[in-house]
Amino acid sequence: MDITVNILLTIATAATPLLIAAIGELVVERSGVLNLGVEGMMIMGAVGGFGAGYLTGSPWIGLLAAVAMGAVFSLLFAVMTLSLATNQVATGLSLTLLGLGLSGMMGTSFVGQPGERLPNLDIPGLTSIPVVGRLLFGQDPIFYISIALTAAVMWFLFKTRTGLTLRSIGDSHTSAHALGIKVIRYRYLSVIFGGACAGLAGGHLSLVYTPQWVENMTAGRGWIALALVVFASWRPWRVLAGAYIFGAVWIGQLHAQAFGIPVPSQLLSSLPYLATVVVLVLISRNKRLTMMNTPASLGQPFVPDR
Amino acid sequence: MKKLLIALMTTTAAMSLAVTAEAADKFKACWVYTGPIGDFGYSYQHDQGRLEVEKALGDKVETAYLENVAEGPDADRAFERLAREGCKLIFGTSFGFMDPEVKVAKKFPKVMFEHATGYKTGDNLGIYNARFYEGRYVLGQIAAKESKAGVAGYIVSFPIPEVVMGINSFMLGAQSINPNFKAKIVWVNSWFDPGKEADAAKALFDQGADIIVQHTDSTAALQVAEERGLHGFGQSSDMIKFAPKAQLTSLTDDWGPYYISRVQAALDGTWKPGNVWLGIKDGAVKLAPFTNMPDDVKAMAEATTKKIADGWNPFTGPIAKQDGTPWLKDGEVADDGTLLGMNFYVKGVDDKLPQ
Repeated sequence: MDITVNILLTIATAATPLLIAAIGELVVERSGVLNLGVEGMMIMGAVGGFGAGYLTGSPWIGLLAAVAMGAVFSLLFAVMTLSLATNQVATGLSLTLLGLGLSGMMGTSFVGQPGERLPNLDIPGLTSIPVVGRLLFGQDPIFYISIALTAAVMWFLFKTRTGLTLRSIGDSHTSAHALGIKVIRYRYLSVIFGGACAGLAGGHLSLVYTPQWVENMTAGRGWIALALVVFASWRPWRVLAGAYIFGAVWIGQLHAQAFGIPVPSQLLSSLPYLATVVVLVLISRNKRLTMMNTPASLGQPFVPDR
Repeated sequence: MKKLLIALMTTTAAMSLAVTAEAADKFKACWVYTGPIGDFGYSYQHDQGRLEVEKALGDKVETAYLENVAEGPDADRAFERLAREGCKLIFGTSFGFMDPEVKVAKKFPKVMFEHATGYKTGDNLGIYNARFYEGRYVLGQIAAKESKAGVAGYIVSFPIPEVVMGINSFMLGAQSINPNFKAKIVWVNSWFDPGKEADAAKALFDQGADIIVQHTDSTAALQVAEERGLHGFGQSSDMIKFAPKAQLTSLTDDWGPYYISRVQAALDGTWKPGNVWLGIKDGAVKLAPFTNMPDDVKAMAEATTKKIADGWNPFTGPIAKQDGTPWLKDGEVADDGTLLGMNFYVKGVDDKLPQ
């Protein structure tokens, strides 16, 4: 029983950064903007979070710094693509490259230093309940944030008027603009939200998952988050399911190997991408399904006529 | 993203007179790394070696490096650029730089080249490597003494000879103490992914291993051991700061002495392309201080280290292959060629080698 709980806890830790980064990107893409800079914003969050935690001795300040770092860094993307109407794909890719390089430079003095770890939740009486105690009341704070965030985004996008407006911008920015909606303002805010989420995901890596700073420590998780959004066909609850499926497959295969069952680990490492390709094929086979799910103006620059 | 960071020597004002004449034609030595120097692992250690060269020969030598250079065709340009920029001696530090370096070395016959962990040489291209397996034998002995469960968890990257050699040497060491010792082996398909390494460590501990060994580069696995109150070994760098209660020792690389000797030889005009495989006795493979273990285990580890430094090879027969067929006869020592191409397990390894 104990081992099952441990496995579930490990899966949750592996899935949390993917989930947070993907939820943020989902909102961005729902507003019609494609930001391929998730990996870059995430690594900036990781270095910012670690640095602030290390210098102040408080992982909580680190957590805030990670969020702020991601948000500020995404602002660069927002100014370029929204105000200057540059190509979103190229700008997003440059953001990733810039983030990877810049974080390495900023983190030079943090290499080889042990950092601060965010403490796990510990509620007397509740955390010690057998089996469910540790699962429900004994995880790290960012895990709870990730679940709350998913629920909040679901509610916001599909139950509020602002959410509806945001989705309508993603589907047709010209129509939204004609109705008097401030397209650029909405998009600015969603890009910054996406950046803050990516930063938080990075902070999870350097403050909870592996409390340390090393260059390139995101190791491609930003790209998996991007794939997840497509895999989930832009639905929050499917992002949640997808993050946990990818996490479960990865942890499951480690346990299978340790147990002595040979598994093709190379194949499983590429699973998130393969699964995304399969989903893309499936949804693009059906025209109606594609139109219902994909934000129609995704990736197109918008220049309002003045 | 490739950052060219040229580390110019700061010529101290005190060394006045001769400086102006020398600075103009200072000897330039250059390095190419495949990872970031901030990985606190393999590339980091090579860069520490470069810094030692600066410290020892800084008044005569200036150094430069390129980091994050992808293995393959991209590396061509990196080496060529350094050669054109006036580097006289260039070290390529990763296996995948082999063919690019061979090519560029032919183009620049007056420049001296050195390549780590490869096997191709040339008129102006030497090779060097380190016998990490020597240290892994000692780790195996410590693990067998310290593990209560008799099971170690072993996190590995890719099934290349270097890694297989390490697993075999570790198991030979462990079984010299406890013939029933087992290792659970997990392949993570990456040299460097802290998250995955931590996950692998958790999985191995959950399945009953109580000591962790790694052939990947980050400190993540040791941090998990620290959290769980269990033990493990560091890799490449001394990781004691990350796991003050968990690290038993760390298998570290020290390239400094070798780099200093080669740069010195180049300065003296006695440099020739060499083919060296350095071990514990040369100081290139080092074990960090033995910590968190009783004195008798420490004494044993020190004795074994000394025995290896004195010339004993862990791959000394009798040794059988995994399926029981004999490999080395009693007293027979494995030759370097076989070791460098090792693609089989020795008896007692409980894993199927991925093909």
